[in-house]
Amino acid sequence: MIRSVAWRNIWRSPLRSGIIIAAISVGMSAGVFTTTFTKGWMNQRLEAGVETEASHIRIQQPKFGENYDLKESIPNSESLVNEISKLDHINGISPRIVIQSMLASAETGTGVKIIGINPEKEKTVTNLHSKLSEGKYFEGVKRNPILIGAKLAKKLKVKMRSKVVITVQDASGNITGGAFRVCGIFDITSGMFEETNVFVRKTDLARLLDLESSVSHEILVHLDDTELIDQQSLLLKNKHKNLLVQTWKESMPELGYINEIGNLYTYIFVIIILLALGFGIVNTMLMVILERIKELGMLMAIGMSKARIFGMLMLETVLLTFTGGFTGILLGLGATYATMEKGIDLSDYAAGLEDMGYSSHIYPVVELETLVTIAILVLITGIAASVYPARKALKYNPAEAIRTE
Amino acid sequence: MNIIEITNLHKIYNESEVNVHAVNNVSLNFKEGEFAAIVGPSGSGKSTLLNMLGGLDEPTDGKILIDNTDLSELKSSDLIQFRMQNIGFVFQSYNLIPVLTAKENVEFIMHLQNRPKKECEKRTMELLDAVGLKGRENSRPSKLSGGQQQRVAVARALASKPKFVLADEPTANLDSKSTENLLEIMEDLNKKENITFIFSTHDQRVVNKAHRVITLEDGKIISDERKKGTGSDS
Repeated sequence: MIRSVAWRNIWRSPLRSGIIIAAISVGMSAGVFTTTFTKGWMNQRLEAGVETEASHIRIQQPKFGENYDLKESIPNSESLVNEISKLDHINGISPRIVIQSMLASAETGTGVKIIGINPEKEKTVTNLHSKLSEGKYFEGVKRNPILIGAKLAKKLKVKMRSKVVITVQDASGNITGGAFRVCGIFDITSGMFEETNVFVRKTDLARLLDLESSVSHEILVHLDDTELIDQQSLLLKNKHKNLLVQTWKESMPELGYINEIGNLYTYIFVIIILLALGFGIVNTMLMVILERIKELGMLMAIGMSKARIFGMLMLETVLLTFTGGFTGILLGLGATYATMEKGIDLSDYAAGLEDMGYSSHIYPVVELETLVTIAILVLITGIAASVYPARKALKYNPAEAIRTE
Repeated sequence: MNIIEITNLHKIYNESEVNVHAVNNVSLNFKEGEFAAIVGPSGSGKSTLLNMLGGLDEPTDGKILIDNTDLSELKSSDLIQFRMQNIGFVFQSYNLIPVLTAKENVEFIMHLQNRPKKECEKRTMELLDAVGLKGRENSRPSKLSGGQQQRVAVARALASKPKFVLADEPTANLDSKSTENLLEIMEDLNKKENITFIFSTHDQRVVNKAHRVITLEDGKIISDERKKGTGSDS
């Protein structure tokens, strides 16, 4: 019966309860939508970072990353590739030649990372082949095809089939160059990656550098289960102690923190909203108690224990908070589902985001775990906000409370 | 048999550094089944005496024994429990829970006593019938007249099967007809259930109905009359 009384008490003043419920709903819907929006945003960056740029595991010589020295290649890389490909849960493996060099068009030039790949093997470790906005993946150009990013194409003022020149220092230390023709332009969310990375065939790059085609500077490994990345990485680390084996979280640490930072940011945001709402709830409940002193005095007089009165007021506050919170969560989810399919295009307002690797077209994502956490935070807010008013109510002397006008 | 024994009761309030002797050396006994009124002008100490009798206020000095239990020896939580099991209250302004129906208001205290649901319903209906509110059990207080609300309050006071009922100016807000009706109901319940009723009042209509009239002035008893032929004159 106390549950029923608590619920009905909320609706004694529909306007007042309605206002606080509306305030909680608006706050929580904003909190939920921000959460799903941020989650989608971070997930997109994460997916782009892992699936297009880093893959799951990267193997290099320990000193290779310091200055991309041609000589820091992986010894016996072919046999290593064969050995790894026989391990469990390996989805794909791709050896690469990587150099830092100059790329020039007829108009201008810039420093880029030139990645020599085996196009078919690369398909098994990254999704670059599916990110072409123009051209085909290493098709249409027979001699020295090159894939470049949309941003770089714009910077170099090149189009499909335009000629670009790579100038490098070969294995013997001689400056040499090679003309490549654009066979495809990739367009991913990370403008920075687009602008600083180009892909050529490994054989073409090896020839230009005067290297054996079997030479590799890095090997990317893609697993069939992301949960096993740490385990498989540890296995390879133990087996090849002379090599640097890194998971995507280690090779791109900023990506590794995205999820944690995203979650932290959204939870802090939700907590700030709830904190502000909590004061509103406390104020409302203090008014409720002030109006009901006489009734509370009567309840104490007829023998309702302090614990029960405390419980009833706490339940009222929790129900009030949860009604608003639940409505807010539903509204936030509604807004998420309404924008989930088409996404939210912020390119007019936040074009700079792409330079930092973040998409400006965001698709919100719902995660049950986050919603449960928010619901728990709402519940905690309700309980916390109820303590002070309920304690205050218990301080009244029943005889005096009954006489209150 | 005395169910209430009051010995040398004092209540002194300290207001603006002036001591107000609201109840001054009062000694009284009430027997089971009495229908008594405590009368006196405003400020005579009626309500203070009633509050102390109901365990809502602590005496400055003196002793109140209810069924041989000394109220001053009960802990706060035990006193609440004691009130629930032994004392029924009727207040001047009804004090019903506005969000509950008449039936639920009566049932509420039995729910606090953790009585079985069927028993609660049976007793509620009996009491509402006794106070003439059969058919209005699902009405909320706002849909009932003042007299009807006070009758619900009487039914609520009796629901817990108390040893006695304390009614603080129960007719103050009622018209003549409602007052007469309420007093008849309470007298009837007093006879049928042998429950002691103690009123504080300055309503002559209540005084006329009461079987015993205790008059207070400046916190002291100045008269204690038992009317003949009412069963309170023994």
